Amino acid sequence: MHGLVNRSIECFLRDTYGPGIWAGVAVDAGLDPQGFEALELYDDAVTDAVLSAAMRRLDKPREALLEDLGIYLVGLEPLRRLLRFGGESYEDFLHSLDELPDRVRLAVADLHLPELALEGIGPSRYRLCCAGTQPGFGAVFAGILRAMADDYGALALIEPGEVSGEVETVGIELLDSFFAAGRDFDLALPETR
Amino acid sequence: MMDRVRPHDPVVLAAADLGRLMPMFLWIAPDGRIRAAGPTLAKVCGPEPIEGARFLDRFELTRPRSAATVEEVRRLAGQRLQLRLRHGARTPFRGHLVGLGDDRGILVNLSFGIAVAEAVRDHRLTSADFAPTDLTVELLYLTEAKAAVTDELAALNCRLRAARSAAETQAMTDALTGLANRRALDAALARAIEAAACGRRGFALLHLDLDLFKQVNDTFGHAAGDFVLVRVAEVLRTETRKHDTVARVGGDEFVLILPGQVDAGRIDAVARRIIAGLEAPMDCAGRPCHISGSIGATISSHYAVPDADAMLSDADAALYASKRLGRGRCTLFISGMHLPEDKREPRRG
Repeated sequence: MHGLVNRSIECFLRDTYGPGIWAGVAVDAGLDPQGFEALELYDDAVTDAVLSAAMRRLDKPREALLEDLGIYLVGLEPLRRLLRFGGESYEDFLHSLDELPDRVRLAVADLHLPELALEGIGPSRYRLCCAGTQPGFGAVFAGILRAMADDYGALALIEPGEVSGEVETVGIELLDSFFAAGRDFDLALPETR
Repeated sequence: MMDRVRPHDPVVLAAADLGRLMPMFLWIAPDGRIRAAGPTLAKVCGPEPIEGARFLDRFELTRPRSAATVEEVRRLAGQRLQLRLRHGARTPFRGHLVGLGDDRGILVNLSFGIAVAEAVRDHRLTSADFAPTDLTVELLYLTEAKAAVTDELAALNCRLRAARSAAETQAMTDALTGLANRRALDAALARAIEAAACGRRGFALLHLDLDLFKQVNDTFGHAAGDFVLVRVAEVLRTETRKHDTVARVGGDEFVLILPGQVDAGRIDAVARRIIAGLEAPMDCAGRPCHISGSIGATISSHYAVPDADAMLSDADAALYASKRLGRGRCTLFISGMHLPEDKREPRRG
């Protein structure tokens, strides 16, 4: 797994539950508590070991933990901004998800996200399919979609679906695209950064 | 079946549709006035309406050359243009133009080119201001994504630099006492000799060998010996200045470089203080233990050209003389003191 993914998990655990929890997880997983380097590649087993250790320490199911990770990621301003480049409205954003893996590769050539495909399954109902790479991305995207709905001010029901083979799905029911004001997004980066 | 469209056939298009396809187009009439503009360009040129204004009043052509009349503008057809707003943010554009048939004027299409980030900020543009085929938004996205990756790289570089500096310190440090090691001594001695050779300032070289250290080791064990060495290091640090070099070069041997210290009396005073510090009673795991030290010293100004090996060897000879004279003392090397190797007694202990 790419170091950026591992580092995301590390920062999520450290920022959300404190450095003590992270240090414990690192020890359980046989890692240097210094953590991951963002631009290195790690064996997939390392990521699994970290997640398993975190589940045990926090007594949280894997899916819940990964959903929280997705919500946490949207809380990081640079990432939130990158996701908001997906479109003017939440619906635009949903339709831009197919392109997300390519966008990510444009920035970091060796970071491979699962293939994403948005299917329309009824009026205002969609299903996001994540295929390939490691299991768990479905839950992460459920968290991302939920947090981005808030960010756009849309009212949406997000339901992680069942896993079939290598494909994980997330169900989306868009009740109101413009339910609330949503957060600001300027194409131009605010100067104060 | 529809007729094939030939290259010069006219295509009829509503201005609004043209604006949707090319949100930054300009249609310039033969009289030089702007007849229509795409919505994004109108926004950028605002707030005064751009329709009806003279093209050359609002825009300044910079490349390939300036133009004063519409005819001159028209002659630039097919070329890559650079222009900028004459007023306000003076936003630069790149563009190209085609002449419209039947004397209907000129059609210009513009984009922000490489300065797009400033233009987006200055005019508060959103992704709706760009045609879906335009990669401008992707360019902005990429700029931000690259900035995030560069931040990570910079952080990585910082960590690597800190790790390298720690490794360098480690490579120059005696692990037990934290004093300089042999490698650090060689480097410091080379620097001191260079400074002395340039006539900047001389230095003293002191060679210290502990007395009675072997007895401590034999009686109380190696842990006690290590404890004593750490205490010795404290004494040496206390009695030297910040820019002096104190190195542990063997089990119980130390070398000191004292830059600027070339007066025999003062060197002797430093050595006496060190020896007094070493002779102060130490408590080894509840039992008192006593050590002392013998010192041999030499001064760079004794040499026409100071040399590391010669100075170390002379300090060693002076140390040997201290041992012979009854230990716990300092001897300053003077020419002719050198004793033949084969007559030396074992000085350890």
